[in-house]
Amino acid sequence: MEGEAERPLATDTSVAPETQRRVMAAPAIEVIDVEKRFGDLVAVGGVSFSVQPGEVFAFLGPNGAGKSTTINILCTLALPTGGSARVAGFDVVKNPNEVRQKIGLVFQEQTLDDQLTAEENLRFHAVLYGVPKKYRKERIERVLELVKLADRGSDLVSTFSGGMARRLEIARGMLHTPAVLFLDEPTIGLDPQTRSLMWDDVMTLRREEGVTIFLTTHYMDEAEVADRIAIIDHGQIVALDTPERLKAIIGADTVDLETGNDAAAFEVIKAAGFQVERGAERVTVFTENGEGEVARLVELVGGGVRSVHVHRPTLDDVFLHFTGREIREQPGESHTGMGRAWGARHR
Amino acid sequence: MTDVINTNDNANPNGSNFSTELRTILMVWQRELIRFGRNRTRIITSLSQPLLFLFVLGYGMSTLVGSTEGFDFKKFLFPGIVAMSVVSTAIFSAISIVWDREFGFLREMLVAPVRRSSLVIGKTLGGASVAALQGTIMLVLAPLIGVRLTVLLVIEVIGLELLMAIALTAFGVFVASRIERIEGFQVVMQLVLFPMLFLSGALFPLSGLPVWLSVLTRVNPLTYAVAPLRQVVFAAQNVPPAAAARFSAQVTIFGHVLPIWSEVSLVGIFFVVFFLLAVQGLSRRQ
Ligand SMILES: Nc1ncnc2c1ncn2[C@@H]1O[C@H](COP(=O)(O)OP(=O)(O)O)[C@@H](O)[C@H]1O
Ligand SMILES: [Mg+2]
Repeated sequence: MEGEAERPLATDTSVAPETQRRVMAAPAIEVIDVEKRFGDLVAVGGVSFSVQPGEVFAFLGPNGAGKSTTINILCTLALPTGGSARVAGFDVVKNPNEVRQKIGLVFQEQTLDDQLTAEENLRFHAVLYGVPKKYRKERIERVLELVKLADRGSDLVSTFSGGMARRLEIARGMLHTPAVLFLDEPTIGLDPQTRSLMWDDVMTLRREEGVTIFLTTHYMDEAEVADRIAIIDHGQIVALDTPERLKAIIGADTVDLETGNDAAAFEVIKAAGFQVERGAERVTVFTENGEGEVARLVELVGGGVRSVHVHRPTLDDVFLHFTGREIREQPGESHTGMGRAWGARHR
Repeated sequence: MTDVINTNDNANPNGSNFSTELRTILMVWQRELIRFGRNRTRIITSLSQPLLFLFVLGYGMSTLVGSTEGFDFKKFLFPGIVAMSVVSTAIFSAISIVWDREFGFLREMLVAPVRRSSLVIGKTLGGASVAALQGTIMLVLAPLIGVRLTVLLVIEVIGLELLMAIALTAFGVFVASRIERIEGFQVVMQLVLFPMLFLSGALFPLSGLPVWLSVLTRVNPLTYAVAPLRQVVFAAQNVPPAAAARFSAQVTIFGHVLPIWSEVSLVGIFFVVFFLLAVQGLSRRQ
């Protein structure tokens, strides 16, 4: 994104909105000191951020961090107890109807009518969002196509798998061409393959319809599809930046080399000025830019290199760094490096 | 938790708001009909209960009560059972809001850029259509009971069924809007709906009751929904005076017979009050 380089590391969130407002005009989402209390419990404790049109913005945090509460405020289902927020240019407290017109939503829990068919669910949505009748059919076909459910339109939703239902919800969220699409933990409970399909769908939508995406997740790898990530913990944003820069805060990449002669390799690499360690069966090099240095390292070692493995710091490391805790995983849910693989393909 | 009424329930900014609201009402209504049509077991179970009442209670009590100049208890019971079936179908349609809450679809509706009142109107009309349909199907049994149907009577009955159904669906939507869990609704039904049905005069004449029962039936709004239905049915039959006295279709308060228009107006007021409360109930933001 343009302007990324000049922007300071926005870990001090109280200055971020002002700075960004000067840099770019008319943010898609602008949140200033939003707070939500339930009695004594502070669910969201004064968060500020803004999201630019076309950006993919992720809220990353463990269960109970305040992600859904923030989304509920932004989509006008809940009132903030403090602060203000604008979505698509409209105040969420004063102009809820205008906001609703401009947003698409995929809630954390499923919100389809499973006694209706996929098309009936979409038609219901199209009517309530005032999609003109002459575009309705065309638009329904298009979104079904986008999420690869075109041949299932006349099936009851009760016959759908979890992943299909989720994709249908995303299609529905996009049906009325919203300016901002909110996705609250969209891949929860899905298997890795379905998740990767789903992210493909989401990013296709973003590319083809230019929608701004605000997503929440407690999966580190999924947050990496975002242009920027806000790490949220106990209702506070503890860090906010691009995935790369957040990882850069943690420090160096590591490059593992397996060579025919580790002792000799260790010596030449060290002599070239790298920080390097010798393990049992490999030599490990610490460097700012692991991928960029691979060619040079191989050249230094000569013909004896058997394998090279670059490890970049993950957002798990980032979360641990900012909160002092590991992000909790849902027991029994496996997750792979799918989000990252996706990021590599499309960014 | 602070519940605030959403005072910004104003028009959508696209100008064509009236037609969007109208289409929303039709769509919500249509959804109720589609769901009803797909749910065969619901149709069968909601017909079987009144049938059970009509035949078991009707024949059982008829032998005990006997007939007066050829007019028996079954004929008295019939309009009451039709009303009961309309009322319970209407209320059970309204509870689907609780299911919608449980299964999330309510949020899909509440976040849409439409007035809450359009959603409630659509839901109320949908529930009412289904309930009136159910009650009208019951009319098929009239010849079996010996109740004579005329075209005018059928029209009057359908009109009264619709009024009753709209009022009770609005009431049900109001209750459902204040209830978070399905268990809560079942409690309300056991403690409110069933007593209301049994104290409405659907199953027994309202004359000559002990004072406490007399008072309870007169404060029960359902009484004023059931009575007009029975009055129009009786008006189309040859009810001998002795039978009319014994199986009274009238509601009396302090010895005065209430005219049918006042009963119908009471049901109308009941509808307006609970409709407004239902809209308010669904307009709350956390
Ligand atoms: N309606 C509510 N009433 C009381 N507390 C709530 C309510 N909704 C959420 N909370 C609390 O607010 C905190 C944040 O919840 P939530 O926003 O759902 O977290 P997340 O989506 O990040 O998992 C949690 O401690 C949760 O228990
Ligand atoms: Mg959540």
